[in-house]
Amino acid sequence: MVSAILFYLFALMILGGAVLTITRRNAVHAALWLVVTLLGVAGVFLLRGAEFLFVVQIMLYIGGVVLLILFVIMLVNLDAEARQPRFLRQWWLAFACAVVVGAEIVYVIFQGLDAFRLAPQVTEVPVGGNTERLADVLFSEYLLPFEIASILLLVAIVGSVVMAKKRI
Amino acid sequence: MLYPITTVHYVILSAALLLIGTIGFLTRRNIVIILMSIELILNAVNINLVAFSERFQAMEGQIFAIFVIAVAVAEAAVGLGILIALFRNRETVASDEIDLLKW
Repeated sequence: MVSAILFYLFALMILGGAVLTITRRNAVHAALWLVVTLLGVAGVFLLRGAEFLFVVQIMLYIGGVVLLILFVIMLVNLDAEARQPRFLRQWWLAFACAVVVGAEIVYVIFQGLDAFRLAPQVTEVPVGGNTERLADVLFSEYLLPFEIASILLLVAIVGSVVMAKKRI
Repeated sequence: MLYPITTVHYVILSAALLLIGTIGFLTRRNIVIILMSIELILNAVNINLVAFSERFQAMEGQIFAIFVIAVAVAEAAVGLGILIALFRNRETVASDEIDLLKW
């Protein structure tokens, strides 16, 4: 019961924060509502027993990405932008496309409801904590993708420095 | 239907967040907020991965979520770097005013 109430609380945080993120005129307000959404997602991770991802979400997303976005908002002067229209002229077309995609997703989910119910819940008690099991699989079976991800991050560091530099 | 929280609830939550992110991505003019919408979309994917990871007691979903987060951070860093270079050259962050390639 408590977990159901928490789920609906986090869902409200996620969806409300997301709607406010994409509708605010001021980009700083949008970034702050993005923090609320990311906190809600972190709460959902905790509800699903992913403690490591909960910490990663807060440290990396809220501490890293949102901070980066706020820095860039301060760097590029958005005052003139705030007085102009928020949405593109073709917003109704984009909105209609998104509604069609949403109808498709809802249709697919309700077509597949039986598939969700048929698979029995796995009840065997796992050995060790979440982080321990995660590290076990990550550093044995997924070692190569892990290294490739580190190369990707290196390329991203170099790329963003080159992009943001005045003259190379 | 509302009370026992099942995987379907998480899938519907994730779909709703994905749609809000898509609408924001397609309709906003400010590129900073378009980048925030991309973060919303990637978070929707992560909710799905973690929900199914718990459902099947398999760690692969959470490992994929870690990779998704790594790619999202790389994308945010490069995207904001491009945005700064763009602002230096064009003095604007509105997506419909950046039309150099438009005939």
